[in-house]
Formats: sequence, C-alpha cells, structure tokens
Amino acid sequence: MFFEPGTSSFTQFLTKAAPELLPGRRPVPPQLSGGDLAPHGTTIIAIQTAEGVIMAGDRRATMGNLIASRDIEKVHPADAYSLIGIAGTAGIGIELMRIFQVELEHYEKTEGTMLSLDGKANRLASMIRGNLGAAMQGLAVVPLFAGYDLTPADPAKAGRIFSYDVAGGLYEETGYDAVGSGSLFAKSALKKKFRAGVSTEDAIVLAVEALYDAADDDTATGGPDLTRKIYPVVMTATADGTHRLTDTEITAVAERVVAGRMENPGG
Amino acid sequence: MAMQFYASPEQVQRDRSEYARKGIARGRSAVVLSYTGGILLVAENLTSLRKISELYDRIGFAAVGRYNEFESLRRAGIRMADMLGLSYDRRDVTGRALANAYTQTLGAIFSETQKPYEVEICVAQVGTSPEADELYRITYDGSVMDEPGFMAMGGQAEAIAAVLKDRHDASADAPQALKLAVEALGSVGGENGNRRELEAKQLEVAVLDRARKGRAFRRITGAALTSLLEGGKDVPEKEPGDAGAPAPGEDKPTTSAASEGADSNDE
Repeated sequence: MFFEPGTSSFTQFLTKAAPELLPGRRPVPPQLSGGDLAPHGTTIIAIQTAEGVIMAGDRRATMGNLIASRDIEKVHPADAYSLIGIAGTAGIGIELMRIFQVELEHYEKTEGTMLSLDGKANRLASMIRGNLGAAMQGLAVVPLFAGYDLTPADPAKAGRIFSYDVAGGLYEETGYDAVGSGSLFAKSALKKKFRAGVSTEDAIVLAVEALYDAADDDTATGGPDLTRKIYPVVMTATADGTHRLTDTEITAVAERVVAGRMENPGG
Repeated sequence: MAMQFYASPEQVQRDRSEYARKGIARGRSAVVLSYTGGILLVAENLTSLRKISELYDRIGFAAVGRYNEFESLRRAGIRMADMLGLSYDRRDVTGRALANAYTQTLGAIFSETQKPYEVEICVAQVGTSPEADELYRITYDGSVMDEPGFMAMGGQAEAIAAVLKDRHDASADAPQALKLAVEALGSVGGENGNRRELEAKQLEVAVLDRARKGRAFRRITGAALTSLLEGGKDVPEKEPGDAGAPAPGEDKPTTSAASEGADSNDE
C-alpha cells in the first residue's frame, strides 16, 4: 500500500491506505449529539506583529458545566514557521492538529521543500471539510492558523492569519482574530487596543489582556491561574521560526496583567 | 507452436542479478559513514534530483541506481515512517523496521517480477554515540547487511569500501569525515585508474546530526559545503524553531531540514 503512485499529501495517502486514521472518516451514530460528552477547548487569539505573528490560547477545556482540564494546551507549532490553535471538540482537534503536523512534514520530506503558507492554509481547510459530518453532530473543530510567510507578496505583512468555519471555509484576516467561545470578548478587547505594526512584546501583553477579558465574561475560558501557576500558552512565528514563550517569560507577563487588573478590573 | 525452453531457477536468478548489477554499475556511487558528530551521507550527484533524503527524525536514506525505482522506495519509506509515527509514537519509528520493510519489498520484486529493481539503498539511523549508529545496506535482491561504521554503494563499491576500511575513524570530525568520503568516491572512475578531484557542485551531502533534537537530518549545500570541503567547521545554520530556549515538556520537532534549503535553492 505504500507504493501506490499518488501525491505528496499524507492525508490523501491515508484516505486510501488507512481511512480509519482520519477523524472525519469515522461514522458517528446518527441519533447522538456529541455536544457535551467530549471536552471542548475554547479561546484562541492570533495577532499580526511587526516581526510576524503571535498566537495565544487559554488553558481550559470544558464538558458542559464542568471543567474538564485546567492545563490543556491548544496552541501548537504546525511546522517550523507556522502555528495552529484548536477550538471546539478537544479530542478531534488534537488529532486533526497532529495529522496536520505530519501532513506538512510529509510534504516537506517528500518534495524537499516546504509548502507555501497559502498551501498550508488550504490543506488545513480541506481537512476541516472532511470533518463536516461529525461537526453537524456536535463534534465540530474550528482551528486558527497563523504563520510567517517566507515569500510574502508584501514584506511588511509576512505574518498572516487564517480563520476557518466548520464547513472548511477559509478566510484570511487582517490585524487580529480569535476563535472559540470567548472570542467575542477577546476580539472586542483587541479592537480597542490593537494598532497595526505592534511589536511582538506588546502583542503578547495584548493577547494576555484579551484572554483575561474573555475569561472575565465567558465561563468556558480560563483566566491566569496564579495559585497553580497555569498561564496561557503563547507562541510566536517570525523569520527565526516558531518559539513558545518559556514559563518564566509568560509568568512575568501574566503577573503584570493581573497586577494591573487589581487597580483597574476593566483593564 | 512456440517452443518453451527450460531455464533452471539458478540460471534465472543469475541472469536477474547480472542485469541488476549492470544497471547499478552504470550510475555514480554513494558513501555513508559515522563520525563523531553524527552520520555523514555523501553521493556523487550532478543533478538536482536527489539521492539522499530524510526518512524520519533520526533516520536517513541514500540510494544509487535507477532514479524512478529508488524514488518510489524513498516515498514509500517516508509514508510508512509517518504512518507508524502517527499511529504509535515518534520514538517507535526505527531504522530496523524500515530496513526490514525494504528487504521484504525488494526481495519480492526480485523473485516475482520480470525485472528486478536496479538499486542499492542505505537506511541509516543516528544514535547517541558512533557505536550506537545503525547502517543497513539493502541490495536489489532484498539481502540486507548491517554494516557498522561505514558503507559504500554503487558500481565500484568494493574499491571505495577498501579506501574507507583503511582510513575510517569514528572519532573523526565533520571536515575529516567529508574529506575521507570525497577521496573514497574520487578513488575510482578516473582515466587510467587515476584519482579524481570532486568539487562541491558534483556532490550531494547531508548529515544526521547527533546533537540536534527532533529531526536530525540536515543538508549541507552551497557555501557551507565549500567551506566544509576546505576543512572549515561544520556550523549548522540557525535553526528555525530555536528562536529561544524550548519550554519544558515541549519536545516536538518543529524544525525542518528541508526549510534550511529554502535560502540556498541553488543546489
């Protein structure tokens, strides 16, 4: 089965060789709504910066009115220059993210060159499209994809953000975007504070502030947890590649944001 | 009525072997050897069609012979490795498993089809020390040899291997190892049995870097190769994904070997 002629796409290979490994190919019982049975991941934010792009996600996963996880990680590197954040059904989201990582690496190894950023975004769209059936039954996944474009049309806009809908619709965003249940509040916060060409350091603070605002008004989004020292996952993608903020870096930012809210709860 | 001639199985095997060996002998050779910093893979290659490739995190691939045949073997290897890594874990993909799959495939092709593959391939897995490196050489008939330390493939493999055998030293550094590999490749094929001097543009060079986390495969091209041939140090280009210290617990290989070639596409 490994010798079939075909494209350099790993998911297309899996559809032939092992379709059961693809999340969208598994039948879900028709009467069932998976809605509250599986943990849900919530708010993810991406912001364009002068150097590239950053992505941040809170750490909460919920199951109905329960907190399923306090320290889930929903923002991951997709490859050396791009980031993916997952909102929606956590199990399927994480599986989709892993397959997407292999998809990009597989292309790169087979062809000896990386996919373009648009190529990566399109691949992810078709993978979301494959999950439409499950999405209609409550197991929806909506990712946020962002990356540093190595060959941008406009060099000043090398950091790019792509959002998706459950049907696999792909939309390029300008400036910033958010997905998940708290995204409404996060985007409202960003709308007031975001300025084009913001530096990476300032954007990280903006993102943590916006996640704080989301957690303030949305029960499914987790705020900075000072007692357990659980803070948002923040990653950057720049010309130097992807980088995940270390615990020390993010602790400093999160503590500063929380201290600011002690003075002024509204930010 | 056509007369059916009897051919003994021995005769059939001999004919096929001879056919495959002749095909392989027409092409240029390749060598793979362990050195202190990892495993060095060097092929004599004037074209941009590659003979050396990455299979997985710690595993590399080198081949000589007919391009379309070893290319389909290479793609199959990447597919298998990626599928195993996705279904189990990245650590569960081993060079031995891939070598076994290749011997099965090549063995079946040799005995069951009209025409054997005219290829010889190497599966190399870098370990924590030169003693822990694994080099498998798999020939057109599916036989596999575990060749610790060094190996040569191609038409005049014996002569090249003789040079390597005399001078191979697992504690050599990268410039010394490359010098030996290039001299070994140049020791055959000259007019009247003279030595040939091989230049950077005639070589395809890659290493499986022992020190690198995650994906160890790295191509050495362009200026870096010229300088290494002149005895300069092997300085890895700045790796994407290493923009800062990785956060604890994060061991996902986000760097990509192929992406390094992105700024030196002149090979």
